[in-house]
Amino acid sequence: MLVLEEVNVYYGAIHALKGISFEVNQGEIVTLIGSNGAGKSTSLKTISGLLRPKTGNITFKGKNLASIAPQVIVAQGISQVPEGRHVFANMTVIENLELGAYLRKDKAGIKQDMQRVYELFPRLLERNAQISGTLSGGEQQMLAMGRALMSKPQLLLLDEPSMGLAPILVKQIFSIIKEINASGTTILLVEQNAHMALSIANRAYVLETGKIVLSGDSKQLAASEEVRKAYLGG
Amino acid sequence: MGSSITQQIFQQLVNGLSLGSIYALIALGYTMVYGIVKLINFAHGDVMMVGAYSGWFAITVLHWSFLPALLFSMVACALLGVVIERIAYKPLRNASRIAALITAIGVSLFLEYGGMLLVTAQVRTYPPVFPETMYSIHGVIFKYGDIVMLLTSVILMALLHFTVQYTKMGKAMRAVSFDKDAALLMGINTNNIISFTFAIGSALAAAAGVLMGVYFNTIDPLMGMIPGLKAFVAAVLGGIGIIPGAMVGGLMLGLIESIVSGLGASTWRDAVAFLILILVLIIKPSGLFGKNVREKV
Repeated sequence: MLVLEEVNVYYGAIHALKGISFEVNQGEIVTLIGSNGAGKSTSLKTISGLLRPKTGNITFKGKNLASIAPQVIVAQGISQVPEGRHVFANMTVIENLELGAYLRKDKAGIKQDMQRVYELFPRLLERNAQISGTLSGGEQQMLAMGRALMSKPQLLLLDEPSMGLAPILVKQIFSIIKEINASGTTILLVEQNAHMALSIANRAYVLETGKIVLSGDSKQLAASEEVRKAYLGG
Repeated sequence: MGSSITQQIFQQLVNGLSLGSIYALIALGYTMVYGIVKLINFAHGDVMMVGAYSGWFAITVLHWSFLPALLFSMVACALLGVVIERIAYKPLRNASRIAALITAIGVSLFLEYGGMLLVTAQVRTYPPVFPETMYSIHGVIFKYGDIVMLLTSVILMALLHFTVQYTKMGKAMRAVSFDKDAALLMGINTNNIISFTFAIGSALAAAAGVLMGVYFNTIDPLMGMIPGLKAFVAAVLGGIGIIPGAMVGGLMLGLIESIVSGLGASTWRDAVAFLILILVLIIKPSGLFGKNVREKV
């Protein structure tokens, strides 16, 4: 579904992604794990078109993404929940969800998907008229995910959904991610919480300073000596 | 005696609101543009001047009446605003803010002296578009023009408020102004939204220009400088980047100026306006409506 081939990304003189290649197949949950600064968020930003690769190919369903604008990428069916949620804190929960459906014109479908978001996150329904800046961190994460679902993505990119959340909320968020995947949305998950990420993913790639150093089935990776030492605390 | 003082106070209030509504219309453009691209568009007052000339052209050359002339000038300046943004500001969007600011001053000078080249520095007289009718309520005099001016401003501000709060475009504007990257991830074409913002801000400035021409009867290519700066003060007073702030800041500045004039110190009017700017920057730089935004983790 999504294929990255030899992608190189620079921040000015800094070589952030050094020839990265990976793929995500339809229906999968794939996770990118690695420590701070490994290039996980950079990968997602590049897929969404916020950053441009200097060389390399990114294709989605056979179409080249490397040179098209972010809004066209959203229209192709890729939606991202950015790191740190980035909800529109000055707007209400409903307005945030409406903005998620910005490119859609099918009013009935939008309404239906909003219902679905409220079913996944009942808390958002309770607070739907509230200014989203007044929500708790966990609720903002739910809103950011709900907002991303409003574009009806085929591929959902999640950047550190567990960041700063209490363990019980992390569990809840991850079970919702599984639910979203079960209903047909492919997921590319970036996480520092490797343990949680490997527990729900089909496959995983391990990033280290802009390179993929390991990849494979997530159960096998979780069992491997290297990953356990580096990312799972022994 | 007592009643004549109240009369005078009310008269100054009427004058202040008329003048203030012009400041508010210009301040809105400053604040909207700042909100979305974090640029103080110092050419904004000069866009107002172009608006005044477009209105003058429509009225004296094309012999149009007030309303079509107003709309003509608003459309013309909306286009001008978009062109200015595309040519002068867009290439600098990722440059330092001081570079964009200097460019804005350059655009301002270009419009002022380009205008002089085109229409000469000669002062033009706005033809009287309104009847000289005056209404007197308890001795307070409302000119026909005052009422049209206030009404026009109120209608335009109500339209703007509706657009920003309830339309899809308005919501996209607020989204882009709050967080450009997040807006991109929603599929919002930020370039179009920025153009749209310049178009609206410039159209409001054009309306202010026409009203100003009508109110003060004369226009010239440098007429945008002082009102432009005053409107900037109004925008900062209300809280730059905050739309209701610009409306309130504009009206307050107009009222303060006419009170100062009413007290017989009209030569101090401009000084008071800029004193307000200094005070706001010292005491509450975020303005009357400004809040300190904290990020929640």
